[in-house]
This record gives sequence, structure tokens and C-alpha cells, in this order.
Amino acid sequence: MMTGNAIEIQDLSFSYGKAPVLDHISLEVPEQEFLGIVGPNAGGKSTLLKIILGLLKPRQGKVRVLGVSPVQARRHLGYVPQYPAFARDFPVTVEQVVLMGRLGQGKIIGGYNRRDREISRRVMVETEILDLAQRRISQLSGGQLQRTLVARALACEPRILLLDEPTANIDMRVENELFDLLKILNQRMTILVVSHDIAFISGYVHRVACLNRTLICHHTENIDGQVIQQLYDGDVRMVAHKH
Amino acid sequence: MDAFFQYSFLQTALLAGLLASIGCGIMGSYVVVKRIGYMAGGISHSVLAGMGAALFFGFSPMLGALLAALLAALLIGWIKMRWQTQEDTLIGAMWAIGMSIGVLFISRTPGYSADLMSYLFGNILLVSTNQLWEMAVLNILVTTMVLAFYRQFLAVSFDEEFARLRGVPVNFFYLLFLCLVALTVVLLVQVVGLILVIALLTLPAAIAGHYVHTMGWMMLLASLLGMTFTTCGIWLSYVLDMPTGAIIILVAGGSFILSAIFSQWRQHRAQPAES
Repeated sequence: MMTGNAIEIQDLSFSYGKAPVLDHISLEVPEQEFLGIVGPNAGGKSTLLKIILGLLKPRQGKVRVLGVSPVQARRHLGYVPQYPAFARDFPVTVEQVVLMGRLGQGKIIGGYNRRDREISRRVMVETEILDLAQRRISQLSGGQLQRTLVARALACEPRILLLDEPTANIDMRVENELFDLLKILNQRMTILVVSHDIAFISGYVHRVACLNRTLICHHTENIDGQVIQQLYDGDVRMVAHKH
Repeated sequence: MDAFFQYSFLQTALLAGLLASIGCGIMGSYVVVKRIGYMAGGISHSVLAGMGAALFFGFSPMLGALLAALLAALLIGWIKMRWQTQEDTLIGAMWAIGMSIGVLFISRTPGYSADLMSYLFGNILLVSTNQLWEMAVLNILVTTMVLAFYRQFLAVSFDEEFARLRGVPVNFFYLLFLCLVALTVVLLVQVVGLILVIALLTLPAAIAGHYVHTMGWMMLLASLLGMTFTTCGIWLSYVLDMPTGAIIILVAGGSFILSAIFSQWRQHRAQPAES
């Protein structure tokens, strides 16, 4: 099925227990789009991302990623998590973390092959962390760790890159560098960025989806004070921006 | 040192210590970085149930220990997957229930009560040649599995969610991993007894963690440290005529404290601006 849509969501609802987190959401993300998903904390952003990744099952509605179910599409998805789930003092080098993006391809037993190492090297060059390859992750700054996680996601050779609050632990200058990098990557892949920072994100993305239990899409140039107020006070919506 | 060349029971003990150190360095490193010392404790104490049952029904205590450890590992893995919120309570309960079952079996076995102490605190000087072979086989099993699935074990212990997204069967590897911890625990019970296992499993790896950058080096250094501690412990206990298991643990514990102080001091010196 070639629809030209990287992600299609129809009438999706989800809840943890009783309270609905996502309420009848529909969203289409064309391939090559750079989509920002914004909204208040606990507005369902991370939940939506986890459903797209197939880590959570929707209660109701249909989700297709690259024309198939999220679990089937997994190997084409690159994911950069919000709070790294790992211990910062884990004895592992930058290169070993990036290589983990190559898991799930090739043989099950034994080590990584030459192609895995070449791809890892290439994405480390692209994310400018090659000189840190042998550094232990506990010695990295917030920005360097973020680049490592982006590199790990790129090592999957993804068609869709999903980032959850990528700017949470880094300063403004590093934030700009990160989004400049994403802009380049967007030339060859679809990108979804979840953020609570609407002002910053709208300078880079094509469209903004505002999510607070419900979803409303806005074109970037239409975002004004009223929209933001609606988003953070009102019930549920999504904002989309097109240039 | 001459005693090591004169007495074959000391040589056997020495070999047992060296063999145990290999498994302890490899799996101990995972236990330390994954912070599951408590789970390993649950597994090792449940071992008493198997040893007690083996004595009562008259089969090899090592086989009993092996079965009990594997069963405990699978139970703990299942608890972790299904009842994560009560994990602490449930593992604590299993820990105590396992020991209680063991004590009951041993109390009903005529003439064996004296052995209880050696199960709890180890009897490395009584290790037989057969047991050495059993330990060697356990070691080979653990090492082969870890080498074959090194990538998966590293990914699952580092970041479970990401490993799952890459199509790694995380639950399977988690259970396999706990089973390997169980095998290692049985290996170490021979040396220091089931109460002291946790210390020998975690201390060498924790010390290694102060100095190395990768899991591979951590495992290697932890194994070498384990060998040093068991060898020193056996020699000291022979010279001082004191219980071997306890001496080995005190050597390891003392080294850990010194290493922790040294690495703190080193960090402190490296970043004087921050203090």
C-alpha cells in the first residue's frame, strides 16, 4: 500500500485505567514531513509516540505506520527517548551505544559485522561525535549524550525518526545545533518531534499538532496567543503549520 | 605458601576458587550494572530449599541447588514481569520461604544438621574433584551463552525499551539472564556458602567498575579480582586457621572499601573546581 503517508491515525483513543489520555484522534503525516507535536505535560504526547512505536496498544481506532501495523514497521523507525531509560554510569562507550541501533538486523549469535560498524561510523560523523567514540557515556555533556542517542536512532537507518522532548536536558545553543541537524536529516526521512516548547519548535517544523487529549493541527504561521491559550487551557487539540 | 604444594585439598580449593571467579566476574558485572543484587540474593537463598530436599530424598546437593536456583530465577523473572509494583515484597518472601523449606528438610534428615553451616557459609576445603568438573561445566555454559548473545545482553541490560524496539525478545533474554545468574550462584555456593554469595558476586565487579569503561573489561578485571580474593582468602584462612568463606568475603569487602575511597579521591582531584 503506497499512500505517501508515513503515519495514518484514525479515530484513536487510549486510556490508562479510566481517564482518557487520547480522545478520538486522527492524524496523517505525509512522508518527508517535519511534524512537531506540542502540548502541556500529561497531554498525551509521549503516549501517542509510544502507540506509533507499537509499545502501547490503542484501545480504539486504527494506526498504520508506513502502510503496516506499528510493530511490523518497527525496524524502519528510529527513536530518541526523552529521559534516557539507562543509568548514566553504565560502563559502555559511545560507539557501543550507537552500535545498538544495528541490533535486530542480520544474525542473532555473535558480534556486529563490518557493515554495522561502517554504518555506525557514518552516523557518528553525521552527528559529529566520532571523536567521542571511545568515551564512556558517563563522561558526556547533555548535548553530547543527546547526539549519541540521535546517532543510535540513525544507525537503525530509519524512514521515520521520532524524538521525545529532545531539548529537555540541553541549553539553547545546543538546541539550535540539534534542530539544524534534524533539518538536514529531514531531507531523507520523516521526522516527528514531541516538545512542550511551542515557540522554539515552530521555527523549524512544517506543521504543528497541538495535543491535549484531543488533537488540532495548525500551520506554523497561524500560531498566535489565542491558539496557545486554547491549547494549554482548553480540552484537547492539535495545531498544524504549513509554510 | 608451601602448604599449597603439599596438600591436595588446598590445591583443589584453590582450583575451585579460580573456577568460581570466572562466572562471578562475568555475571557479577551484569548484576552490578543492572542493580539486581536483591534478585540475586533471592535466588541464592532459595538454593537452600533445593539442597535440603536433595539431602532428604538422597540425591546430589549440587543438583538440588541447581534445580532450586533455576526455579527461583524463573519465578523472580515472572514476578518482575507481572507484578512489578510488589516486586520487593514478593522477592523478599521467596527469599525467606526458600530458606524455611530448606531448614525443614534438613531438620527431618537424620545426621545431617552439622552440614547446614557449610551450606550457609561455604566449605571450599571439602570440594571434591567431581565438584570441580561440575563447576567447570557450569563455567563453560555461562561463558558460551554470554559470548554468543553478548550484543543482546548488553542492549537488554543497558536500555530495555530500545532493545525491544529493535526486535530483541527482551523477556526471553531477561529470563535467560536470570538463569545464568542462578548457575553462577550455584557455582559460588561451593566456595563461600549461600549467605555470602552476594558479596562475592558483586564486590569484584563493583571494584572493577571504578576503573574500566566497558562491560568486557569489567568482566575480565572482576574475574581476576575474584581469583585474587579467593586465593588470598584460602591462604589466609589456612595460616590463621579460620573459616575460609568468611575470610574471602572480608578480603573482598576490605578491598572494595579501599577502592571506593581511592576512586572518590581520584575523582575529587580530577575536578577540583566543582568541590
